[in-house]
Amino acid sequence: MNLTELVKQFDLKVYAGRNELLRTVSGGYVGDLLSDVMAHSKKGHLWITFQIHPNIIAVAVLKELAAIVLVNGREPDPETAARAEKERVPIFGTPLSSYEFVGRLYGLGIKGQ
Amino acid sequence: MELRRFRADLHIHTCLSPCGELTIYPRKIVERALDEGLDIIAVSDHNTAENAAAALLAAEGTGLTVLPGIELTSEEEVHILGLFETMDDILPLQEEVFRKLPEVPTIRSFVKDQVIVNKDDEVTGFSPHCLMAATQLNVHEIVELIHQRGGLAIASHIDRGAFSIISQLGFIPSDLELDALEISPLMTIPEARAAYKSYAHLPLVRFSDAHQPEEIGRASTDLLLAAPVFAEIRMAFQETNGRRICGS
Repeated sequence: MNLTELVKQFDLKVYAGRNELLRTVSGGYVGDLLSDVMAHSKKGHLWITFQIHPNIIAVAVLKELAAIVLVNGREPDPETAARAEKERVPIFGTPLSSYEFVGRLYGLGIKGQ
Repeated sequence: MELRRFRADLHIHTCLSPCGELTIYPRKIVERALDEGLDIIAVSDHNTAENAAAALLAAEGTGLTVLPGIELTSEEEVHILGLFETMDDILPLQEEVFRKLPEVPTIRSFVKDQVIVNKDDEVTGFSPHCLMAATQLNVHEIVELIHQRGGLAIASHIDRGAFSIISQLGFIPSDLELDALEISPLMTIPEARAAYKSYAHLPLVRFSDAHQPEEIGRASTDLLLAAPVFAEIRMAFQETNGRRICGS
């Protein structure tokens, strides 16, 4: 699945990275401790998190993640959105909780490998 | 002016912290600190300074310096220690922090009683605030708030797997104006120097993070000062006028 399809499927809000939506999602990782995400996420993953601090962009760049999804209606800090544009990291938002969002993703075949 | 080493443990909880033992009350803290040979301590409860005044009063006339402090929880669940000169500096900050705490009733069966005491260790009340919660302030706002009130901002126990700036944010943002990094008693300063080379521009301190009296002084840091007062401590953190943190 690519990011355009994902945005459409879940009616996601796009906060940054509109020009990067042809990227393919290889799998997913969920986590709010950035040290854990740095250790365990994989290239091409969709990262589902509650954290909105600018450091999330650095983690996404470092791990070459496909995009970040903010849950529970969270909006990125202005600084986070600015850095995301600069580093071309798509940021999306959903009103769903991590549990609910990940459950639906899994049902669509996006797994954690 | 002659400088000498003062032994400091600037991260001590009281019985007010939801995770602090009931036995860690002001006079006990002062007694234990003196027994441990400490010259300077700070009381730093989670998101509150409601017991700081009692601790300052309990130390009067003993020769022990007590700084009012607070350990703030950011919205990212990072613990940041704020150390201040006087109650007048910390109280306005405390009010701001209370406004930024969620109104969640504390679960008495899960957290310990949040006991407010006076200098004679008499219980005067219980804090109604949800002190174990995260504030709605991010790490940058917290450091700014501490500095606005003339305080020192120290990232707590950066070696810990929970509530540390590195566990929560992966790394320390380069634009965050911290005054120092604290490591827990689980690590030594030489180990920390090797592990955190990329943050060598920030001083390292090691404090006890005591939650019970027996833990006071289990880690401490010597400061080279002319006198055990806040202005001198600030100079040591900034390494000016010959004042410095020993072994950092």
